[in-house]
Amino acid sequence: MLNKTAKLSDKIFTKDIPMAPTRDGFGKGTVEAGKADPNVVVLCADLTESTRAEWFQKEFPERFIEIGVAEQNLATVGAGMAAVGKIPFIASYAAFSPGRNYEQIRTTSALNNVPVKVCGMHAGVQTGPDGATHQMLEDISLMRAMPNMVVIVPGDAEEARKAVVASAKNGKPTYLRFGRAKEPVFTTPETPYEIGKAYELWRSEKPQVALIGCGAVLYNVLTAAAELEKKGIGSVVLNSHTVKPLDTKAVVALAKECGAVVTIEEHQVNGGLGGAVAETLARECPTPMEFVGMHDEFGQSGEADELMEHYGMGASHIAEAASRVLQRKA
Amino acid sequence: MAYLTEEQAKELEGKAEEIRETIIKMLAEAKSGHTAGPLGMADIFTALYFHILKHDPKNPDWEERDRLVLSNGHIAPVRYATMAHAGYFPIEECMTLRKFGSRLQGHPERDMLPGMETTSGPLGSGLSQAAGMAYALRMDKKNNRIICAMSDGEQQEGNTWEGAMFAGKYRLNNLTAVMDRNNIQIDGNTEDIMPLEPLADKYRAFNWHVIEIDGHNMEEICDAFAQARAIKEKPTLILAHTIPGKGVPSIEGDYHWHGNPPKKEQVEQFIAEIRESAKK
Repeated sequence: MLNKTAKLSDKIFTKDIPMAPTRDGFGKGTVEAGKADPNVVVLCADLTESTRAEWFQKEFPERFIEIGVAEQNLATVGAGMAAVGKIPFIASYAAFSPGRNYEQIRTTSALNNVPVKVCGMHAGVQTGPDGATHQMLEDISLMRAMPNMVVIVPGDAEEARKAVVASAKNGKPTYLRFGRAKEPVFTTPETPYEIGKAYELWRSEKPQVALIGCGAVLYNVLTAAAELEKKGIGSVVLNSHTVKPLDTKAVVALAKECGAVVTIEEHQVNGGLGGAVAETLARECPTPMEFVGMHDEFGQSGEADELMEHYGMGASHIAEAASRVLQRKA
Repeated sequence: MAYLTEEQAKELEGKAEEIRETIIKMLAEAKSGHTAGPLGMADIFTALYFHILKHDPKNPDWEERDRLVLSNGHIAPVRYATMAHAGYFPIEECMTLRKFGSRLQGHPERDMLPGMETTSGPLGSGLSQAAGMAYALRMDKKNNRIICAMSDGEQQEGNTWEGAMFAGKYRLNNLTAVMDRNNIQIDGNTEDIMPLEPLADKYRAFNWHVIEIDGHNMEEICDAFAQARAIKEKPTLILAHTIPGKGVPSIEGDYHWHGNPPKKEQVEQFIAEIRESAKK
């Protein structure tokens, strides 16, 4: 059943669940962070409307900086501003930032160790009709490998808002990942949020498998958990919104308790959240695992839902992965 | 910053000579690193730290300091040597260059050494960072000047021109870039590898004020920075024509010295050459 202490939406599993893209959380969060701290600035590379950077621009025109189509400049101007005390949120599509400007982020944000917030929009296959060029699926791996960098993948628009507000205060170079498509908003303003702290969305009475996920795909994970429950398979769904630093304590405890783990992310299975969980468990508590995500291939044009189904990230695929891993459980 | 007297110019020239000697010694001790660029920029770095910049070696984080961003990080030895002579750290520490545990990394790191404003090495990112600083400080109505030292080779990087376009658009008059126009890069002469000219016209077209100078003439260097300060409507590029390896005539102008250090047995000869050419 749904974890009561997470104070999730009471409209979960109903048709009335509110829908919003996680990028809306970026728009709201930056306005909120901007009100709280005059050093917050937003930089955008010619994608002001679609990244929702224009929400901040309207509120604080003097603290919004248009960079033009120049993602390397986006990262480096941001780093320069951070070096003299600003808290820059730099917004573009994840395919271009950190896709194109990876070295600039590495040298001028991470190695410089200045608090630039790299905000990658339109991540995942749910970017849809734009096709593979714009469906960034390697960003979590890229950013997770970078020393000093915090990596956050919000699960819905509300959590995205909280993540933006929290990251404005963390004083660290941080990557935040957002999606284009409208997704169920399953958390509420009361849902607790802390960077680096995973929390349970669902817990069956007798959990047999841990479902560890991040991002908007978590709603499919919840749907899968409910389906599994009907079949008599108990599970725990862990929202591991911070991929780095991973909440290893929560992950290891859950793996020990359940003895089987499935990771779920709208991202390549190589090196993302699944990789982070596998590295941790291999070290501390070897556990049978299945990985739901993109299996070393690019996406293609299509609608968000059909792509999620085609690439095996729907609720039924997650439930199947859970059944598979249970067969391998000692 | 005032215009130079003849006496001050002589003093700066003497200081540049000492700094060149330190550069030779530290590179020979490190057994790797770049020689031509640091020697070629010794006069400009001397002028910056001993005449132009508002800074305090005893308080490197002073809020009111001017920010010097070094974009082409590989010429770090000239910055390290000049900072040491200016009093940021003991001159002996220069001999730790590129060694394990040293604050003087092969390419400079902001987090390692107080007074080092940015990490650099990968080319083409300094101008944008300096522009970001200039933009942010101007937002806060601060009077700090931002100076970006960059190379000619890194004008081949797209990021450089993204930064130039940004600074031109936003008329960052608190930003001055100084380009080490020494005509060499690792593989040869810039105009053979990937021609850069007409550089001055290119920057003018990007809405910059451009001043061309002899990068080894103290009066011209200091005059150019004073002029840049007086230009209120746009950023300024000081296109400084320099001689790679300047001060050591036997290696001057030879691109093979871009990325190689002097051998220990060459130190005495190179220092003798520096002293001899300083007399002229």
